[in-house]
Amino acid sequence: MPAASGKTADKVFRVIAYACGILILVVLAAVFLFLLFRAWPLIGGNQADNSKTIADFTGGKANGFWQYVGPLLFGTVLVSALALLLSFPVSIGIALFISHYAPKKLATALSYVVDLLAAIPSVIYGLWGGLILVPAIYPFWNWVATYLGWIPLFAGPAANPSRTVATVAVVLAVMILPIITSLSRDIFLQTPRLQQEAALALGATKWEMVKLAVLPFGKSGVVSASMLGLGRALGETMAVLMILSPGLNYSFKLLQASQNQTIAANIAAQYPEANDLGVSVLIGTGLVLFLITFVVNYVARKITEKKVG
Amino acid sequence: MMADLTQDPKASLEGAPVIDFDKFKPSRSFIASRKRKDLIMRVLIALAFVIALIPLISVLWTTLVNGLKRLNLNFLSFNMTGVVGGNPTPSGGYGGVFHAIIGTLEITFGAMVISIPIGLLCAVYLVEYAHGGKLAQTITLLVDVMSGIPSIVAGLFAFSMFTILVGPGSVNGFAGSVSLSLLMLPTVVKSSEEMLKIVPGDLREASYALGVTKQRTITKIVLRTALPGIVSGCILAIARVIGETAPLLMTAGYIASTNFNLFDGKMTTLPVYVFQEYSKLNANCPANATAACVTTIPMERSWAAALVLILIVLILNGIGRLVAKVFAVKSER
Repeated sequence: MPAASGKTADKVFRVIAYACGILILVVLAAVFLFLLFRAWPLIGGNQADNSKTIADFTGGKANGFWQYVGPLLFGTVLVSALALLLSFPVSIGIALFISHYAPKKLATALSYVVDLLAAIPSVIYGLWGGLILVPAIYPFWNWVATYLGWIPLFAGPAANPSRTVATVAVVLAVMILPIITSLSRDIFLQTPRLQQEAALALGATKWEMVKLAVLPFGKSGVVSASMLGLGRALGETMAVLMILSPGLNYSFKLLQASQNQTIAANIAAQYPEANDLGVSVLIGTGLVLFLITFVVNYVARKITEKKVG
Repeated sequence: MMADLTQDPKASLEGAPVIDFDKFKPSRSFIASRKRKDLIMRVLIALAFVIALIPLISVLWTTLVNGLKRLNLNFLSFNMTGVVGGNPTPSGGYGGVFHAIIGTLEITFGAMVISIPIGLLCAVYLVEYAHGGKLAQTITLLVDVMSGIPSIVAGLFAFSMFTILVGPGSVNGFAGSVSLSLLMLPTVVKSSEEMLKIVPGDLREASYALGVTKQRTITKIVLRTALPGIVSGCILAIARVIGETAPLLMTAGYIASTNFNLFDGKMTTLPVYVFQEYSKLNANCPANATAACVTTIPMERSWAAALVLILIVLILNGIGRLVAKVFAVKSER
């Protein structure tokens, strides 16, 4: 009897474990399908109603779904790309500092600090960005607009309060910094010891060693890490919502307010007042965001997978 | 060269061009420039770290300073009912976060109950049953991809699911739990998987050799050995989702009173509370108000709630790391 029951339990457990493994696939499919079902009126419903809803959202600026989602997508990509641009060099610097420059004891402490940055909730970054950073950074943006205003990107006058794409990009850069840092640090630490020592033995300085041995080895990992960071920035809601003054333009004027808006922040901003069809439209934009982040993350993981396999 | 050697050595030396080996010596300026470059990069890399420290210290410091202004027992033990404008409530405070703390705890607990068993068993499948098959590879990849799902999409998913399955307008804490569990699941799977992998294979084989079934081996030997790591991973996963705002904004909503029922009615959570108070900007004070009326009270409440949230997150992180460190499995590697 005990042996038999042990066998049944064995089988049941096996089935449950398999089911939970497969459940992951089901959940991902369910995310896509439920969003699609809820957004269905947008595709299969009355198009006149749809365009009226969208026109209500935008004050008559856009009528079709793609007209609506286009500027949002542009804003999302712009903000995230800027954040990545700001965050990338600093993150790589910190990762190298932890993996190759700092003494061992300090390095562990610094890793904790980076993890701490990752642990702070996004709403607190939003609060900090909105109340502390926005007034504090205005003089700097003003200076940039005055002296670098001839570059179209920095065309003035700088908005005051600076609830602009540039400020949001700074906050997002801080938020994605821990992701890029910790992943690149892990890759840098795996650099073959012999290659590093060979470089040093040939008389390379420390930086030359890093350039010759560490960076080429970590290249794909760094690319993947920054794509994961980009994915995080694309989907960030609260920080953008609480800082950015929204607009619906294809605009590169980073220092002016009311130029761009991101998909995620737009959903959170419009959602409370949206009617049933309006919610469908917002979920449609959410579906677009889901697919984009899915692709970015998928590609990022594929890059590292090749490296390992 | 060979021909040269066969000839009279003296003659060849005279005819040969004089090689100036000093030419190949690195010039002093070259060495100096290499050293300079090394130093510059050293400084830049150290500087990168300082740059990252500025926002961290600024965030923590401002939250602490601004939060302490209103953080007291009254703030922690009352909700927002009866709060009118900037006037103090009869209890002597200015409203509080009691309802938000209850909501956060219940919703996060719900997410835990959903995602930890599923995530753990999925990790068991990946490590113990799959042995790197095609399906397992796909699942591992998709778990990774899943960890990149934007939190707002998780919120939209839970919202859509509940409106389709339960009916429109079903805003409750449990929907929030579902959306959070979606965000928590990949973290739980990943950390549990890592922990199961470092359980030594000898333990499993010894158990099988004694005739113990696979299920018993996994539950009594493997999971027990990996338990501290798994607990620590789960605590870190909780710390990650406890600060999520966007999904709860649309699934659990916002309400001024305390709601203990996870399955019915709106529920306030700490992050949503922070956001709602932030959006209020200022409170009204009528012209005949007393000096006790504070117009900036929403921001102050927002900071205080943010401080509570940060404390919870940091304490959870600390506990998670402590558990991992104190009870760590001695791996063979």
